Amino acid sequence: MTNTTQEQAAPTAQNGLFEHAHGAGSPVPLQSRAERRTSFDVADFALPTGREEEWRFTPIDLLRGVLEDRVSDPGALSYDVSAPDAVVVGSLTPGQSPRGSVLAPADRAAVLAHARTPEALHVRIAPDAQLSEPVRVVLQGAAGLRSNTHVVIDAGAHSSGTVVLDHVGSGQHAGNVEIRTGDGSQITVVSLQRWADDAIHLAQHDAQVGRDARFKHVVVSLGGKVVRVNVNVRYAGPGGEATLLGVYFADAGQHLEHRSFVDHEPARCTSLVTYKGALQGETAHTVWVGDVLIQASAEGTSTYELNRNLVLTEGARADSVPNLEIKTGQIEGAGHASATGRFDDEQLFYLQARGIPQVEARRLVVRGFFADVIAQIAVPDIQELLMAAIEEELTGAMLVGSAAAGEQA
Amino acid sequence: MATLKIRDLHVSVETEQGTKEILRGVDLTVRSGETHAIMGPNGSGKSTLAYSIAGHPKYTVTNGTVTLDDEDLLAMSVDERARAGLFLAMQYPVEVPGVTVANFLRTAKTAIDGEAPKLRTWVKDVKTAMTQLRMDPAFAERGVNEGFSGGEKKRHEILQMELLAPRVAILDETDSGLDVDALKVVSEGVNRVKASGEVGVLLITHYTRILRYITPDFVHVFVDGRIAEQGGRELADRLENEGYDRFVPAPA
Ligand SMILES: Nc1ncnc2c1ncn2[C@@H]1O[C@H](COP(=O)(O)OP(=O)(O)OP(=O)(O)O)[C@@H](O)[C@H]1O
Ligand SMILES: [Mg+2]
Repeated sequence: MTNTTQEQAAPTAQNGLFEHAHGAGSPVPLQSRAERRTSFDVADFALPTGREEEWRFTPIDLLRGVLEDRVSDPGALSYDVSAPDAVVVGSLTPGQSPRGSVLAPADRAAVLAHARTPEALHVRIAPDAQLSEPVRVVLQGAAGLRSNTHVVIDAGAHSSGTVVLDHVGSGQHAGNVEIRTGDGSQITVVSLQRWADDAIHLAQHDAQVGRDARFKHVVVSLGGKVVRVNVNVRYAGPGGEATLLGVYFADAGQHLEHRSFVDHEPARCTSLVTYKGALQGETAHTVWVGDVLIQASAEGTSTYELNRNLVLTEGARADSVPNLEIKTGQIEGAGHASATGRFDDEQLFYLQARGIPQVEARRLVVRGFFADVIAQIAVPDIQELLMAAIEEELTGAMLVGSAAAGEQA
Repeated sequence: MATLKIRDLHVSVETEQGTKEILRGVDLTVRSGETHAIMGPNGSGKSTLAYSIAGHPKYTVTNGTVTLDDEDLLAMSVDERARAGLFLAMQYPVEVPGVTVANFLRTAKTAIDGEAPKLRTWVKDVKTAMTQLRMDPAFAERGVNEGFSGGEKKRHEILQMELLAPRVAILDETDSGLDVDALKVVSEGVNRVKASGEVGVLLITHYTRILRYITPDFVHVFVDGRIAEQGGRELADRLENEGYDRFVPAPA
């Protein structure tokens, strides 16, 4: 017997207080997440109107340039790759294996990044290689120009290592990242969005986790006007573990959107999704949509999704939509939690009552909010970079915060 | 020598039904070396008094003064009051997830003293204070009050009091929710701080049992937003036997 349970948090969390936490429950008839269309043909994806389920939160009017069907402008994007010896860096044309074996474009941005990127960056980590240093790819975009990229990360069986994709500069960027991790490997892929304030970035990341492999995917979105990262994870065999982590910090005028889809098909795989974000300033907007599908064959699955948003000022808005679809009763565990809350004045009072000045107290609270997800990242220089970036973001928040405090006095 | 002076303090809160006056003219003087117990029925305004002195934004002072050594506390921000030497052990300590106790204590100590404590002696001081309060050293790496039991939260408050060495400490029902052993441990902590003779203590409580360990010099009966009667230790015993009926106006 096939048993389908679908669950979706009905209203999305917005500015204000919202708690949502439970396991499987309330069946709602929905189209299965597995039926979402993919295609390698640009013609299959018309320009979105904004009414589509997968575009309903995104400011479509800002995406006209990036969704235009064309190749990169000359000089729009430069790569800088530094890699340890056990890594071979090359390129792949569309259709040249393994390009396209893991990632099938699921929207117009992804199909453009696939079809209009003549040369994909191919990063190959040799089987059994244990990288002592991360592979670093800096993608530097040029303001006002349009670029497409496609990155293929191919990690051999029993290899271990970290790949960091660091997006800096500006421009309008459609980028795909395709990751295949070999059996028994332990691979971490980090995508940093450190764009200038006017950048547009639409991304699709697909990962296939090898049998008994441990895969960690980290998204850090700090800069950019519109950033949208869709992460899809599948498993090549049983025993795979996927940890998807996200940290984002949205300021006034920024739209930061993260979607993930974990498709459990083989048995005994694990997924743990943790995204945390802070928002400050008028019109700061974040979106998190986390889908998990546990197929009938995926017995012994264990999955948990968590999204938390900390709203630092009035006028910011966080949408949070967990969605768990379960087709077998034979699972280890499945659950999700989503909460969006304003800055807690009682915490501030408590810290201030111990002599800690307000600015520093706010800092402590925000750092504390991110502490557990940052600890899970476990790549020391990324953690440091992140702490510093949050500190910098908070310097802005302090100004806003103390201005608000001044008004009350 | 420090003196906390409260004169004709009136405090109100904003409610859905409008402004509600809770404190209706409180007069009280606490000098260092003295211990004052405040006892009174639920809802009489004891916590309101504590929070108002500490500067919680929910409460509005509509009249009166609060000074610490002639400095106007009411004109100060919450953190300035703490740096001036005021400490409030809260009835319901707040959880601050992700901020470790160790980091919190060091940050608070640095703020209060105006300079970072000497690392070596500080680590030792924290350890000693925790041991004396029978707190597992593992608490230092946990989030502030995160998942602490009621009793653990109260010990953590007294730990802070010991380390921050205030001039005036207000303890809001630090004894409630403690079992007999914990009550002893916590009282010993308070007595260690008191032994310096340099702290004035305002102890808010419902029960005389804590007063067996911490001897009050004065007992105040708090009813309906003001002090209804004051006396010595013996007043506490009378309250325990007779209750507050005598002070509460008979319903019309
Ligand atoms: N925001 C508020 N809105 C309405 N009433 C309030 C508010 N805050 C406090 N009060 C009321 O003020 C009164 C005093 O409260 P307070 O907490 O100071 O009492 P207490 O003496 O500490 O009581 P307890 O012994 O139960 O701790 C209570 O009647 C309480 O309901
Ligand atoms: Mg109280």
